Amino acid sequence: MKVYLTRRYLFSSSHRLHNPLLTADANRETYGKCNNPHGHGHNYFLEVTVSGPIAPATGMLCDLAHLDAVVAREILDRFDHQNLNQLQEFSATVPTTENLAIQCQQILSRVALPAHLESIRIEETANNSFEFAGAQPLRR
Amino acid sequence: MIYLTRKAEFSASHYYHNPQWNPEENLRVFGKCANLNGHGHNYTLEVTVAGEVDAVTGFVIDLKLLKDVLTRQVLDDFDHRNLNKEVSEFTAQVPTTENIAVAIWKRLATSLAPVQLHRVRLYEQPDLFVDYYGE
Repeated sequence: MKVYLTRRYLFSSSHRLHNPLLTADANRETYGKCNNPHGHGHNYFLEVTVSGPIAPATGMLCDLAHLDAVVAREILDRFDHQNLNQLQEFSATVPTTENLAIQCQQILSRVALPAHLESIRIEETANNSFEFAGAQPLRR
Repeated sequence: MIYLTRKAEFSASHYYHNPQWNPEENLRVFGKCANLNGHGHNYTLEVTVAGEVDAVTGFVIDLKLLKDVLTRQVLDDFDHRNLNKEVSEFTAQVPTTENIAVAIWKRLATSLAPVQLHRVRLYEQPDLFVDYYGE
């Protein structure tokens, strides 16, 4: 019996979409207003989905406080109220929300979570969201 | 195959308690959810069914039928109830969101023919939900 539990978190960060390998014109062409040299920011909603069996004694998939603590330490403390472009995680990639989603999934894959990491989803705005499950198929 | 999702809400109280544990162990594992006087949530239930579109009606399922099944099988028993004391599934198991989602699946799975139940998604609050696919 496999259940999927999703917890939703919020962090706020600034970024600028800019690839130094492209010309200034190409950057403006590619990224539009997201290329503004002064940057801009978002409230990112991160959904972390974990999966597995229900423990009969507790009725729970995992300890939520434990999950919250790991996500706070590994993701929220790292990205909240930061300029993503300045962070080592984006030293070689543009901090699009695609790349941010991949980073979050990879960071959480490397640490011990209280249940199996299934996938992550990030809403950049109410209109844009991105999902990443690594090598496994995304369960919908 | 097309997927249709119907949303419904119910409000219920519950508490987390394993009778095989002493009070200290219940408090350690379940925290404030172990308060035996209970607490409550506004649950949002999303039921997704999968099937083919009927050539005559253009429906995958008659929404009125789906609503009636949800009301009769789930909402009538769960809404404005104490899940621990009034819902049969939870006399022997803890009414966590995980277990409630599975219980709802079992109540609905055989009631929706010819469409298949695809997913039960249950929100305990806007930042926490459980999905169950009957696996």
